[in-house]
Amino acid sequence: MVPESHYVALSAVLFCMGVVGVLVRRNPLVIFMSIELMLNAANLALVAFGQRHGTSEGQVLVFFVLCVAAAEVAVGLAIIVAIFRLRRRLSVDELTLMRW
Amino acid sequence: MALTAFWILAALAVGSATGLLLRRNPIHSALFLVAHLASVAGLFLLLRAEFLAAVQVIVYAGAIAVLFVFAIMVLIPGKEETGPDPLRSQRLLAAGATGVLLVLVGLLLRSAVLASPGPGVPVPGGAQAVGRLLFTDYLFPFEVTSVLLLAAMVGVLALTRRDAP
Repeated sequence: MVPESHYVALSAVLFCMGVVGVLVRRNPLVIFMSIELMLNAANLALVAFGQRHGTSEGQVLVFFVLCVAAAEVAVGLAIIVAIFRLRRRLSVDELTLMRW
Repeated sequence: MALTAFWILAALAVGSATGLLLRRNPIHSALFLVAHLASVAGLFLLLRAEFLAAVQVIVYAGAIAVLFVFAIMVLIPGKEETGPDPLRSQRLLAAGATGVLLVLVGLLLRSAVLASPGPGVPVPGGAQAVGRLLFTDYLFPFEVTSVLLLAAMVGVLALTRRDAP
């Protein structure tokens, strides 16, 4: 049996990799994939903690996270497509319209 | 045995995440994302969460990855990240901030309750156990989720309409 701390440590590493992706990459699609990475890391930690506490409720929470991730990806990709139609280019550094 | 499987899957997950971050072509990133999601599904299996492993493969590696690939094919971005980075200092800042985050999480893990041994009994993770919880204790959040998905669907249709306001 693998100790739960291994899973939590792995999920911390994966979460940090997602943070790096969001901060460093400039393509909004890859930024979205990095957000998926972070959500997955959180899911892994949730399941590990549920295992740790001896309940299945962590897995129920992961189920909800999955639904939110699906909704988020659908809306986010729609926004990206709408921006691409308007600008014909895709780079988050150029989207400064709402910056003060 | 389980530990070996864990290390193999962990190496796969970290390696595919690295590939996702490093490849310039977003299609390659999407394929690495699929590999990453599959290895996390394997980790779920190792944690005895069979239902979640199946859902992970169906929803994430199936639906969401297809959505990503579809968006990439529609948008055909390719050469966005080839020019000079206008925010070069941001990268160093990102690396530093992430390092600090990792160290903090590591410190937290060392001092956390995880040090004490767990119950040692595997938690039931099949569709029966999760479904029983979903439809009894978590019935209201479950219904709210369906409203959320409906709202997302309507939002996507409104956002991508040709004559969008």
